[in-house]
Amino acid sequence: MLIKKATDIPSSEITSEYVYRNRRQFLQAAAATLTAAGMGALVPTSSFASSKYDTEEMRTPERDVTSYNNYYEFGTGKDEPALNAKGFKLRPWTIAVSGMVKKPATYHIDDLLKGITMEDRIYRMRCVERWSMVIPWRGFPLATLINKLEPLPSAKFIKIQTLYAPDRMPEQRRPILHWPYTEGLRMDEAMNELTLLAIGVYGKEGPAQNGAPLRLITPWKYGFKGVKAIAKIEFTDKMPLTAWAEEAPHEYGFYANVNPAVDHPRWSQATESRLTGGLFDQLRPIKTQLFNGYTEYVERMYRGMDLRVNF
Amino acid sequence: MIKALKILVFFLCLVPFLVLLWGLVTANLGTNPIERITHTTGDWILRFLVLTLAITPLRRLTGWNQLVRFRRMLGLFAFFYGCLHFTIYVLSIASLNVSEIANDIAKRPYITVGFTGFVLMIPLAITSTKKWIARLGGRRWQMLHRLIYVSAIAGVLHYLWLVKADIRYPARYAIAVGLLLLFRVWTAVRSRQPVTQVSGG
Repeated sequence: MLIKKATDIPSSEITSEYVYRNRRQFLQAAAATLTAAGMGALVPTSSFASSKYDTEEMRTPERDVTSYNNYYEFGTGKDEPALNAKGFKLRPWTIAVSGMVKKPATYHIDDLLKGITMEDRIYRMRCVERWSMVIPWRGFPLATLINKLEPLPSAKFIKIQTLYAPDRMPEQRRPILHWPYTEGLRMDEAMNELTLLAIGVYGKEGPAQNGAPLRLITPWKYGFKGVKAIAKIEFTDKMPLTAWAEEAPHEYGFYANVNPAVDHPRWSQATESRLTGGLFDQLRPIKTQLFNGYTEYVERMYRGMDLRVNF
Repeated sequence: MIKALKILVFFLCLVPFLVLLWGLVTANLGTNPIERITHTTGDWILRFLVLTLAITPLRRLTGWNQLVRFRRMLGLFAFFYGCLHFTIYVLSIASLNVSEIANDIAKRPYITVGFTGFVLMIPLAITSTKKWIARLGGRRWQMLHRLIYVSAIAGVLHYLWLVKADIRYPARYAIAVGLLLLFRVWTAVRSRQPVTQVSGG
């Protein structure tokens, strides 16, 4: 019998203490999901399937989700990405996987996604600029892909980068940020059940301005964490220097967790303006929740950490 | 003639406001109406400040002295859009919470500087009438109204400190205000020259 040494088990595969201690709850939740899924089949409410992670809040209309974007590669105005990303080709597309991983290679995206089931999840998205949306994403857990790629136990972080192609992403010709846009997660954050790679919104693939063909979604973090048009994934033992932290280190940190108690130097983060298609909704700002309301799923990862220092 | 032109200019200055109002009534201000109103009014404050500051240099360059008769109106429109800008901020960002507004103004440099620029426009708007010019006397009135230089600089700083990374738009205002203020410095230095010549001789 082959006995594996402890170090052979990548940290991503170790069941966290929290999940272990709460395994009964976990099973109950799983059972509830199955029941809910059964009910869902009887009461079809929309074109996309519901998940246990869905928020019941009013969704931001599709037109707004796809025409109001922060995507500096296609322009710094919110309406520019929808216009400038119009002809952006989503195929062919390759993703270079490198670093501390068993299967480093440059993959065609369709090979990488083969066999992965897409799901729809309605998440809140909170931008650091104080606006928020409720968006149905189509995608899959990042954990699924990470497990496929088999990171080495030494990998502590995942670094994810946008495509660098100034001929296709016009604003990359100007030094607005240090291109390509770089983001990163700690391995446990990357493996979190909430963390998604999205291929689209509102039950379909695309559009490009929302980050297609592949983008990151971490609903408990500020929106800028959601690196778009992913072309590079690196497993590393060093905390990646993320784009905004490089641009303004005193304003943006690595973690970027939504936290009403930790202000951005230029904006109070205590409240947010929910974009659901009306001015009068906006005139009643809602209170921002710690971890954007996803505490039950993520709080355990930050126990004992000072969130004011690790912002 | 000037009177008719003034009425025309008045309505032209009102166009950005009417466009916003129309957007509001027809619910057509985009995904983030508050942001649209804030940015539009903010832009027009700076544009009107630049126009107001441009009157004197233009007068000198063209010799068309009647231009000065438009200055008060342009300055008051800067203040008008300033009032809208401040009101929408109070209504939305701070939702009428006085302590939050005070906190914002004290703690965030871009708001501190923007608020200062706006407050400094208040005495200028009040004393913009002929009566006040007479009451203060031309010289003192002119001294007071040089506060517009501070307001314009404050407005530009407010915008510069607000943007996250792309400073192209605020930079345009910075250049415009910078050039218009340089013109003042230049004329002040030039008008002092005869004095130096006398004292030198």
